Amino acid sequence: MTNANVHRFDSSRTRLGLIACAVMMAAVAVAAMPVLAQDVKPAAPEAAAPSGAQKPAVMKINVLLARELRDIAPPLSLLDIAPPDDGIGGAKLAIADNNTTGKFVGQEFILDVIQNEKPEALVADVVKKVDAGAAFVVVDASPKTILALSDALKGKTALLLNAGSPDERLREEDCRTNVKHTIPSRAMFADALVQYLTWKRWSRWFLMVGPAEEDKLLADAYRRAAKRFGAKIINEKTYTYEPGSRRSDGGFEQIQQQMPSFTQDVDKDHDVVVVVDEGGLFGEYVPYRTWHAKPVVGTAGLYPATWHPAVELWGGTQFQNRFRRMNNRNFRELDYNVWMAIRSIGEAATRKKTNDGRQLIDYLDNPDFELAAFKGQKLTYRKWNGQLRQPILLVTGKLHVTVSPQQGFLHQLTELDTLGIDKPETKCKAFGN
Amino acid sequence: MKPALRFLAPIAAFAVLALAPAPASAFKVFVSNEKEQTVSVIDSGTLTVVHTIKTGNRPRGIMLANENKWLLVCASDDNRVEVYDTKTFEFIKNLPSGPDPELFTLHPKGNPLYIANEDDNIVTIVDIFEGKILKEVPVGVEPEGMGISPDGKYVVNTSETTNMAHFIDTATNETVENILVDNRPRVAEFTPDGSEVWVSAEIGGTVSVIDTATKKVKTKFSFEIQGVNKDAIQPVGVRFTRDGKKAYVALGPANRVALVDPKTYKVEKYILVGQRVWNVAFTPDDKQLYTTNGTSNDVSVIDVASDKVLKSIKVGRYPWGVVALPE
Repeated sequence: MTNANVHRFDSSRTRLGLIACAVMMAAVAVAAMPVLAQDVKPAAPEAAAPSGAQKPAVMKINVLLARELRDIAPPLSLLDIAPPDDGIGGAKLAIADNNTTGKFVGQEFILDVIQNEKPEALVADVVKKVDAGAAFVVVDASPKTILALSDALKGKTALLLNAGSPDERLREEDCRTNVKHTIPSRAMFADALVQYLTWKRWSRWFLMVGPAEEDKLLADAYRRAAKRFGAKIINEKTYTYEPGSRRSDGGFEQIQQQMPSFTQDVDKDHDVVVVVDEGGLFGEYVPYRTWHAKPVVGTAGLYPATWHPAVELWGGTQFQNRFRRMNNRNFRELDYNVWMAIRSIGEAATRKKTNDGRQLIDYLDNPDFELAAFKGQKLTYRKWNGQLRQPILLVTGKLHVTVSPQQGFLHQLTELDTLGIDKPETKCKAFGN
Repeated sequence: MKPALRFLAPIAAFAVLALAPAPASAFKVFVSNEKEQTVSVIDSGTLTVVHTIKTGNRPRGIMLANENKWLLVCASDDNRVEVYDTKTFEFIKNLPSGPDPELFTLHPKGNPLYIANEDDNIVTIVDIFEGKILKEVPVGVEPEGMGISPDGKYVVNTSETTNMAHFIDTATNETVENILVDNRPRVAEFTPDGSEVWVSAEIGGTVSVIDTATKKVKTKFSFEIQGVNKDAIQPVGVRFTRDGKKAYVALGPANRVALVDPKTYKVEKYILVGQRVWNVAFTPDDKQLYTTNGTSNDVSVIDVASDKVLKSIKVGRYPWGVVALPE
């Protein structure tokens, strides 16, 4: 949940630039492997058809990736610029992984990508594809658009898999039975970080909140976590900032003055600065510039994430290698969230040996369902709100520091449910809780 | 045997003395240390590390070859299999392995070598004397475990992300059956009589027992340990005593090895060892079992007669694989 994971699309740049980029990527993909963005064929070794086994009729399973291209300000760091195929790279890898298994069991997964900046057009396109037989829609869109999609698909054999929005209300008061979430909620991210702060006994915070609506929501998640885990917010300030032309030559001179003065006038007895800046407007400016010498966590410094391009835990090395070979870039959080969504479908299809949409959707809630996602334990969906439960990494720009849940945070069912809003406290009603 | 007894409590020593058959000779036990570029050599008599071999990067799979004259080590990050002299510990040569070799198995006749290439969805078959790749067999995503039937007819490879056990016919070197097992299969091990192959599933938390004749899963069992979260019970290494009477399954972050009755598939005992135990190996006389405890940087030595841990021996960082040399 750093600025790196808020997948932005810089629509201020020309469409032509994007298209050129996409064409380039496609060309690279063609050269590198037999995979195209719009039509993904089995990507395993060319000679992959298993000899000796009979070849039954191939079952086809269509997966749709729908992205709402949003107008988001460019990031502070060049390193955080989202590639045009953010998320799509993860989809291609998941389709290839599914198809490697698929060739042994007679299944073929086909990816279709829809991107649009107009929510209505995106919804209409998705409905058309669903009516044509795609039962699975992985979505990277605003909460509003996700709800519009959910309404439009009501009554159809279709499941939305939210890979991009951490919005709490999609799992709470606005939860829907036809939506599952592979990206954790803000409360899950906050709890993951705060468990570690608790372990470190960094329990006195300076909460520094950005001006965006999302920042208010994330600040609420941190306040809730503070209460839950016994931390104290001894300072809180809202940082308003005019981003201006952020990537101009220069700027550090002024920031070097601004940040110390903004962080000076607070109780110096805080252990840690908790930065809440989902939009990535100023968070990266905070570390090393605070008046008091304090570590920075939240959306800058040490931050919670589902994935990180340097993580090699639990067999992650080969996973990173496969991604890089296929996409020629870093493996980002949105890619991973999309990968988990499409692998969930793949896992269901392998176990159920069918391409029947309804049966596969239902299987995601079957007690036998389990997803292996390079997190050292199986992942499952919460039956009471459709959220994928999962360990969450705590990382810096370069590497992970730890993985939550932290040892000692116990739960009667699964320790993964110490992250986020639990069943007894949920406001979600749609699942008959 | 005498030095080993030093480590037992005096009371237990009596009992073991009474039970222990004629003292066995000491064996060399080789342990690959994944994060240290070394292999630790342990003397099974003194239970101490007597030598450390410097290897290539990320040593994992480890086994003997060429009538036990060679020690083969998968240097995963160097994309090769390294060959060392088991007497002098000197480096002899590299074998081509294909990318990222992880685990391997040797044909009972002594050649060729079958290597799982974790990063490339293939099993590479290598002639160890010629140092030549004979064939690449396509399998599922992230090939890992490699078992070979005692008669040499089948190699079974597991693929961690495809969740299958692939039967490769060694006569044609082609896959003849692909069997779905539980999530993240790690190790495939044939029973000594060759009638079954056991496949551990790390994330699934189960061991699937595949009938070699029908190539179907005939049963599946799991584990339950009081006070240990089910998610932490992650079976990896599987070994049978040569008489086929006992099976040991390493349970990863559950920090235990399960003793299983191969007739009933019932767990008879959980033996507490070090942290994140992955692979296990017997001494050639089946009297000791060595377990690699990755997170605690040690190996536990289990006395097979009593199923009690004799000693923990500090080795290198993140011990991974283990094999014992007959003397």
